[in-house]
Amino acid sequence: MRLSCTVNGRRRVADDVWEGESLLYVLRERLGLPGSKNACEQGECGSCTVRLDGVPVCACLVAAGQAEGREVTTVEGLPALAAARAAGADPRPGAGEAAEPMEHAESMEHAGPTDGAGARREGDPPLAPVQRAFIEAGAVQCGFCTPGLLVAADELIERNPGPTDADIREALAGNLCRCTGYEKILDAVRLAAGRAAAGQE
Amino acid sequence: MDFLRPGDWREALALRAERPGALPIAGGTDVMVEINHGGRRPEALLDLSALAELHALEHEPAGEDPAAPAGRVRLGAAVPYSRVVTELGAELPGLALAARTVGSPQIRNRGSVGGNLGAASPAGDCHPALLASGAEIEAVSVRGTRHIPVDDFYLGVKRNALAPDELIRSVRVPRATGPQQFSKVGPRNAMVIAVCAVAVALHPGRGRVGVGIGSAAPTPVRAREAEEYIAGVLADGDLWERRDPIPPAAARRFAELVAAACSPIDDVRGTAAYRRHAVAVMARRTLGWCWEAHRAGASDPRPEGGAPCA
Repeated sequence: MRLSCTVNGRRRVADDVWEGESLLYVLRERLGLPGSKNACEQGECGSCTVRLDGVPVCACLVAAGQAEGREVTTVEGLPALAAARAAGADPRPGAGEAAEPMEHAESMEHAGPTDGAGARREGDPPLAPVQRAFIEAGAVQCGFCTPGLLVAADELIERNPGPTDADIREALAGNLCRCTGYEKILDAVRLAAGRAAAGQE
Repeated sequence: MDFLRPGDWREALALRAERPGALPIAGGTDVMVEINHGGRRPEALLDLSALAELHALEHEPAGEDPAAPAGRVRLGAAVPYSRVVTELGAELPGLALAARTVGSPQIRNRGSVGGNLGAASPAGDCHPALLASGAEIEAVSVRGTRHIPVDDFYLGVKRNALAPDELIRSVRVPRATGPQQFSKVGPRNAMVIAVCAVAVALHPGRGRVGVGIGSAAPTPVRAREAEEYIAGVLADGDLWERRDPIPPAAARRFAELVAAACSPIDDVRGTAAYRRHAVAVMARRTLGWCWEAHRAGASDPRPEGGAPCA
């Protein structure tokens, strides 16, 4: 089947999508967005966390067809989302949707290697504050859990710029990290939230 | 596999009748796990996630029904747990507490009480609270609507009373008229399938106590003997009015009777003996929390929605 949705502000179309396929598979394998990670495929680990119409969800548990006509934000879209927020744009889904032409994903057979598809290029918006905070706090080791944590943490700070430690723990309770431990991740979220709150004053 | 996307509720019911092999999907938090891991290849998915009726949350005023003296909340089958937590803490405190223990924020943003009922796992977190409250399931097909008492809904492990052409439209839960509590055992606060769980609801106006147990029998179960026993103790001592403490011996006996309503098994999450013990402890505690709230005159002892996450 064909799937059309908005991903990181751009209209995207994918063809030959299997009806039982997950949104995560479409993002990674058909749309060249490998930032969202594929690990447990059962919603346990949170490494595939994306926002669907603004709401954090596990992309592995969304059937591809359920994303038809909806807005998806992945880790690759965090810099632009942060830039839009900083510019005072309404970050709610549907607000200020880009009127760009549809971009057709190549079919699986013809798709080139996706290596580097998520790599940053000149002219890209600067990293989102939450991404910079993760780097500065040393909250990244192997990096596998990081994209999901970034999406979840960014949404938390957007919703609640002054989270308590309990708020942070609860918001990130669905994201597993098996190497740095969580202390540096908590440090990073506190750092990003502190900066967000200071920026608002 | 087909992906069926009904445009409205009527079309969903027609598709349900035409395609009995189509698997309904709303939040996907159970269905997609089964598909991702290769265990299930339904001939079609029937996507209910975009139907407005299933996302409606309505408040039905009190009528003649003595089982719902304060009216009911008609909870659309696909309303996500996150809305149950944030919007129903005062009206359905037991269900809101249970919803807060489901999975993680990502899961609570997608999963729903209707999905919990459709899957009918004995470990589903909502079932004990629905049993303690006396909920009804609104099952609809092209043939009409049935209101199935939750007591009659669970037939076996992952089996429920829905006919092949029926969909869950809503669950109608009596608004709380007294304190309610929920307790669940698991290795951590998030992402836990219950080892076992207990919900207690006080119904002071009717002199009743509702008790539901999860994950300790092939289906979620009510603890009827325990309910009747403690209702008798409270009535005999005029405790509802006097608001005196429940005698410790009566609380212990209540806990034994709740444990006796279980028929647990040994499995990877816990042993049968552990489950019986834990159910008794949770029964005593949840009753105690509810009773302390009743004595204090509050309807919800923990309005924040349960234990902090840590």
